[in-house]
Amino acid sequence: MKLIIATIKPYKLDEVREALTEKGVRGMMVSEIKGFGAQSGHTEIYRGAEYTVNFVPKIRIELVVEVAQADEVVKTITDTARTGKIGDGKIFVLDVEQTIRVRTGETGADAI
Amino acid sequence: MKKFSTRISIAALGLLGTTGGAFAQDVAVAVPTDSVFILNSLLFLIGGFLVFWMAAGFAMLEAGLVRSKNVTMQLTKNMALFSLAAVFYYLIGYNLMYPLGTWSVDGILSGVFGSAVLEAVGVGADGVDDYGYASTGSDFFFQMMFCAATASIVSGTLAERIKLWPFLIFTIVLTAVIYPIQASWKWGGGFLDAMGFLDFAGSTVVHSVGGWAALMGALILGPRIGKYAKDGRVIPMQGSNLPLATLGTFILWMGWFGFNGGSQLAMGSIGDVADISRIFANTNAAAAGGAIVALILTQMLYRKPDLTMILNGALAGLVSITAEPLTPSLGAATLIGGIGGVIVVLAVPMLDRMKIDDVVGAIPVHLLAGIWGTLAVPLTNGDASFSVQIISVVIVGLFVCVTSGILWAVLKAVMGIRVSEEDEINGLDTSELGMEAYPEFSRR
Repeated sequence: MKLIIATIKPYKLDEVREALTEKGVRGMMVSEIKGFGAQSGHTEIYRGAEYTVNFVPKIRIELVVEVAQADEVVKTITDTARTGKIGDGKIFVLDVEQTIRVRTGETGADAI
Repeated sequence: MKKFSTRISIAALGLLGTTGGAFAQDVAVAVPTDSVFILNSLLFLIGGFLVFWMAAGFAMLEAGLVRSKNVTMQLTKNMALFSLAAVFYYLIGYNLMYPLGTWSVDGILSGVFGSAVLEAVGVGADGVDDYGYASTGSDFFFQMMFCAATASIVSGTLAERIKLWPFLIFTIVLTAVIYPIQASWKWGGGFLDAMGFLDFAGSTVVHSVGGWAALMGALILGPRIGKYAKDGRVIPMQGSNLPLATLGTFILWMGWFGFNGGSQLAMGSIGDVADISRIFANTNAAAAGGAIVALILTQMLYRKPDLTMILNGALAGLVSITAEPLTPSLGAATLIGGIGGVIVVLAVPMLDRMKIDDVVGAIPVHLLAGIWGTLAVPLTNGDASFSVQIISVVIVGLFVCVTSGILWAVLKAVMGIRVSEEDEINGLDTSELGMEAYPEFSRR
């Protein structure tokens, strides 16, 4: 199993969720985050004083899929979340040792 | 009530029956004294509750422009200062402000000491204090609200770092003594009034007084921790709730119709009612002018419009027109307010460069626009002179700076006026009150 962590532009969340559901993804975790990458913030002015906005709001999606499905999921996220402009986000893929469904105690692929 | 309404309808019939060139004269004759008394008192009561509502405006504006960790404290200060102003204006201030000709130092210090006394219950025409004018209760109510407005100005500037109790002690002295004494010089028939100083609703008497007191407090109190970096940069501390700040500004804008309109001080004739109508329209125009100028200027200077400056701009427009809301045309009123907007947009960063930390912009809005409004009176009112306006601004400014400066310094020496560094960083809500404004919001 693979854990896929994707950071995307917040307004892309619904689109990505729909695309992933169509590919058979049955669950994901979503959180609002802030961070910086290539965008590395920008400056704004409040009451005449300039300040740097160091962290930009992003959405982080985490989902666990079977190894065979990982590439397709990554491609789906990439295709859906891409605007071609700076700040589209990043995707990380990690190995997962074990998955357990709390309600039933099922493990492995059954628990995804 | 029935007796009065009968008389009004008789007066109305009388008006309908008059024609031609003698119309104006007949009107003056046709309005019976009872009706004049009632209408004048009604103006004070309506104006008074509109000005009362400005307390809500100040509270919301300040709650929106402080950081979320200080909101409950700011609301507490606003409730407390208004209530203390009400009590101490009653106990001492009202008679200090209105000596009615009885001076202990002629034109400077009232000779009437003691609390305000209203008319007895259920008085008739022969029992009221001033049958030819208005009820004492309505006048007291109206004037008390102005005194409280002065105190409200101070709290915003000193937010997020001043201790509650020294601030409230300052409020008591301001509303019981400092405000009423200088107000008696103009509105109580004192020496500034005798000199020909014109300040219709208080650009100087109310707004600059609050502004001077706030400025002295800000100088003695010092800026918030972290506001000014060692390399001279200004670190913005963004307001926690701009919807509240906007609501507060609209409430103040609305209350100002009572503030300026009520200051016509009479509604018993066609001339007075027409004047009040002019004042309402001019007051509104000036606020609009200030807001528009701030909108355009911040777009030009900072690439993006700054809502907090637009709010300040509207208020600066209102303060600017307060010294003379009657004589300007609608166009002139818009321009006078617009210059108030310029003052705000330029003065907010200027104060920051001087390391004077004014959390809500009360010094540009109330002090600087107040001075501008006072100096603008001769532009549209031929009875005013620039020299008298300038001298009066300086005299009132010196008096308030000296008295409030001494008071702040004494409070600082005796009990300290500033919370500890740790308390300030944690926020006054948890450190001084143990109560947060938004308790279920997670800290991100």
